[in-house]
Amino acid sequence: MSANTAMADKYRNNFLKEIEEQVEMGDWVKMCMQCGVCSGSCPTNFQSAWEHPPQELFMMIRAGKREEVLTTTSMWNCTSCYNCIVRCPRKLPITHIMHGIAEYAHRLGVAPKMQPTRFFSGLFWKNATKTGRVNELKLSMGLYFKDGLVQGIKNGMAMQAVALGLVKAKRLNVMELFGGHKCKDQKGIQSMLKKAYEIERSRKAARMAG
Amino acid sequence: MAKHEYAFYPGCSSQKGASASNYLTSVESMCKTLDVKLTEIPDWNCCGASIGYAEAGELPRHVLNARNFALSEQNLPGQEMVATCAACWLGARETRERLTHSDTLMADTREALKEAGLTINEMPEIRHMVEVLIEDLGFEEMAKHVVRPLEGVKIAGYVGCQTNRPFGVAGESFENPVYLDKMVEMVGAQSIPEYDMKVTCCGGALAFSEPEKAQAQIKDIVESAYDHGAEMIVTPCPLCQANVEIYQGQVNKTYGTKFNIPVLYYSQLMVVAYGGSAKDAALNGQVIKARRLEEIAAKPVKR
Repeated sequence: MSANTAMADKYRNNFLKEIEEQVEMGDWVKMCMQCGVCSGSCPTNFQSAWEHPPQELFMMIRAGKREEVLTTTSMWNCTSCYNCIVRCPRKLPITHIMHGIAEYAHRLGVAPKMQPTRFFSGLFWKNATKTGRVNELKLSMGLYFKDGLVQGIKNGMAMQAVALGLVKAKRLNVMELFGGHKCKDQKGIQSMLKKAYEIERSRKAARMAG
Repeated sequence: MAKHEYAFYPGCSSQKGASASNYLTSVESMCKTLDVKLTEIPDWNCCGASIGYAEAGELPRHVLNARNFALSEQNLPGQEMVATCAACWLGARETRERLTHSDTLMADTREALKEAGLTINEMPEIRHMVEVLIEDLGFEEMAKHVVRPLEGVKIAGYVGCQTNRPFGVAGESFENPVYLDKMVEMVGAQSIPEYDMKVTCCGGALAFSEPEKAQAQIKDIVESAYDHGAEMIVTPCPLCQANVEIYQGQVNKTYGTKFNIPVLYYSQLMVVAYGGSAKDAALNGQVIKARRLEEIAAKPVKR
């Protein structure tokens, strides 16, 4: 049984409870009063990028629309601008809930595979935690080559002027490809993060067991 | 001994050869003039930034920030932690807030930190460099050192998101913060308080993953600066600076605009106003050259 089916089975007919127990800040969802200020404050929703803007997602969660919520590309449009958070009259930490739902969908393996921000988000975290510090060159290269070599070269060509400008201004170092900045205690960082994932997993399992 | 001392968290983008290396150079010159001593936290790590959310989860993200707290406490006890990057500041502050409000999260964090041989007893206060300038030094002190006012230069103060929300600078509003305009006036330039894109999002990490969405934002931000007669844009955030500056060429291609406006850090304006050279202000780090500022930086100072 996949992780997704296991969770769907466990929380059958109570998607709100599933979100409350498994998603960061998920217990805030029930506080939404459907005013829509979040949706009206969202920069990418202004560009009609969200299939379901935040307040709609909150209602869909309450209505048990599990598959629609977890598989939508909507919350992956979050730019982390925090405008929804500061404007919400009921003080819901909306940005964190959006990240939380996205992370949960990603964890269950049901998030849209080709969504570029989902891909970039994972890439960023792995890049940053591998050595303890971000390697900007490898990060950009990893993104360009996500759809294969040919597309990668095309993407690289399209970004040539931008990259060249940065290299000239000494704000992009081609030598980063062969090493680059890093923390001294990488081993300590790896073990501490491994432990953190273990604890988080066991906390979530305990919540599910009730 | 310096007047003010802090544990310094420069962040990934400020490192040598990275996208905000010019920010760090100018902050160092600025702090020299203001007698502010920044001691880098040894072996600090990435804050995880907001965009790491798909893989970060809750505890790993906080543990990552907590490692910096532990290193700060261990090596620079009693000092407040200062970040220049908006994302570093936000990430660290958020972790500090969550750990303060949840004993479980704190206990779990301590358990994970043990694996790296670290512990937290007392978390440092987390400050942004602009908070240090405004609250610990004050505008009067900052203005005292101006020997080469940027007279006649009109500058749009672009605050952006993460220096402003969700925490922001105390006493400022989320919708219309005024400290950056005051800093522009402080260096002798002309501010544009009615600049209506001052807290608009630059697209953040979507500038990488979905450039067309971020560039629609960037277009509005730059266009409004031009509409208000700005000669340059100033910002406190490394990602705002990079996004608004380096994609203007691509925006021009998409929208048929002719944008070519320099985007500076507040610290660069201050260094030039404080009598520093173009090199001290790291003006060579601009992708769109700030010619007007370079000219001013070449002028003799008024003593």
